[in-house]
Amino acid sequence: MPLIQVNNLAVQFSKRKVLKNINLTVEEGSVTAIVGPSGSGKTTLLRTLNLLQTPSEGSVEVAGVQVEANKLNKAVTRQIRAQSTMVFQQFNLFKNLTALENVMSPLIYNKVATFDEAKAQALKVLRDFDLEKIADQYPVTLSGGQQQRVSIARAIVSKPKVVLFDEPTSALDPEMVSGVLNAIAKLAKQHITMVIVTHEIEFARQIADQAIFVEDGEILAQGPANEILSSTGSGRIADFVNSLENRGQPETANVVEGHTPTNQHRFKVISNRQSVATGIQANQ
Amino acid sequence: MTFSWSYFIGLFPQLIKYIPLTLIMAVVAMLISVVLGGLLTLVQLYAARPFQLLVKLYVSFFRGIPTLVLLFIVYYGLPEISPVFKGVSALTAAIAGLGVKESAYLIEIFRAGIASVDQGQIEAGEALNFSFVRIFTSIVLPQAALNALPATGNTFVSLLKETSLAFALGVTEIFADGKLLASASLRFFEVYVAVGLIYWVMIIIYTWLQKRVEERLSRPYRRVVADAINSSEQSSSAV
Ligand SMILES: Nc1ncnc2c1ncn2[C@@H]1O[C@H](COP(=O)(O)OP(=O)(O)OP(=O)(O)O)[C@@H](O)[C@H]1O
Ligand SMILES: [Mg+2]
Repeated sequence: MPLIQVNNLAVQFSKRKVLKNINLTVEEGSVTAIVGPSGSGKTTLLRTLNLLQTPSEGSVEVAGVQVEANKLNKAVTRQIRAQSTMVFQQFNLFKNLTALENVMSPLIYNKVATFDEAKAQALKVLRDFDLEKIADQYPVTLSGGQQQRVSIARAIVSKPKVVLFDEPTSALDPEMVSGVLNAIAKLAKQHITMVIVTHEIEFARQIADQAIFVEDGEILAQGPANEILSSTGSGRIADFVNSLENRGQPETANVVEGHTPTNQHRFKVISNRQSVATGIQANQ
Repeated sequence: MTFSWSYFIGLFPQLIKYIPLTLIMAVVAMLISVVLGGLLTLVQLYAARPFQLLVKLYVSFFRGIPTLVLLFIVYYGLPEISPVFKGVSALTAAIAGLGVKESAYLIEIFRAGIASVDQGQIEAGEALNFSFVRIFTSIVLPQAALNALPATGNTFVSLLKETSLAFALGVTEIFADGKLLASASLRFFEVYVAVGLIYWVMIIIYTWLQKRVEERLSRPYRRVVADAINSSEQSSSAV
């Protein structure tokens, strides 16, 4: 069953169309990876899915709530946002709240739980991500990797139907990347619907069911992740995938495969979700 | 005439009687300016364009005229315009005038404080489906207030000193009392140095208090503390 449906979407900044003719479908419980060169419109596309970015044409439908570009209003915007949350590249934790308070905030501020319930649920999620030790620390006192894992905990604590990730590991030091990817892989195991903009191509191949390649504001290709993100073959997409791989992301391969990769099988592909999960368990 | 230490020291018991009045004037004027400044900041940030322009005009005007002139307008001028102002005492007029004047400075300070909260946190709140009011009161305001605290404190320091202008409306506060004492004894130097010292000490004490409050409130935002926590954790886990 499709959870997200986007039809003929376009986004315009002043006169320039940075997204045009976007059509896509995200199945419930699936993982979608969005890849593409810098400036191609990936962030804009993701932000349009929860209306942080206003579309200029077309329609977006999330979990049965549909909105058309010229019929936006506060009520429908909040209905759409009630279905999804977003994890940002720069974490964007609330600096005046501790890690625990950050994770409690969606439950309390949206009045879906009492203080005690919220605290219990937030602590449980923090524990799942191995963060209970830092629960009472403020964001500035946390490493980037810790901050991002707290922000993921904050995003999922209220059990949204969809979690949107915008380059969740791009702002991190290399040694922090694996912990965050691990946390995301854990969510995939729970079949939470996710849309992830990422340059971690190996990770995307292993975790995603569907991949979308965006260039110049248009979807150039869309299909099963292992086909779209294949580095073999020729053409625009394969070139792009190869350029990312040549940059090298050993940490990614390490997490997901659960062993230290050697040069020979550094980018060995594990293509179904089950093996991702096993790999992660093996790693722990 | 030489400096008379005994006269000088003997002035203090008399002058400090007026400290409460000075403090009350400063504190009440500060409260007025914080409330007024806060409301007008919201207007300038979120209201319709014509209202924003009116606030700009307000800021420009009250920053642009000398405080003494403003106090004279309030106390001597306004009663001519409307009888409503006829019964207003000199003390009330002074407090109101000072409060309005400082509010113009506070609008700029508050605006900068709010602007210093990064857009990313606001977007995170939106993505989590928080209401606009919730984002403002629970995320933006606490951080903005902390950012604005040092500059707001400086405003209070100016206000404390500017209460001395109330003498010109006939309010008997420290400075006015000093003038009376000086004209009686003709020892101007001793009297005005004593008056000056009293303001100075009040401001030293206030500044010290403010530093303490700032330190306490900004604790969560400082890395140093975390380093201390981390290192103590490490040493305890090493044991
Ligand atoms: N608020 C904005 N105003 C004007 N132009 C914008 C705005 N946000 C993005 N753009 C433009 O839209 C285009 C797409 O930007 P977007 O951030 O979506 O790209 P991206 O694919 O996420 O890139 P990156 O990989 O570098 O993050 C860019 O050309 C960018 O300059
Ligand atoms: Mg981007």
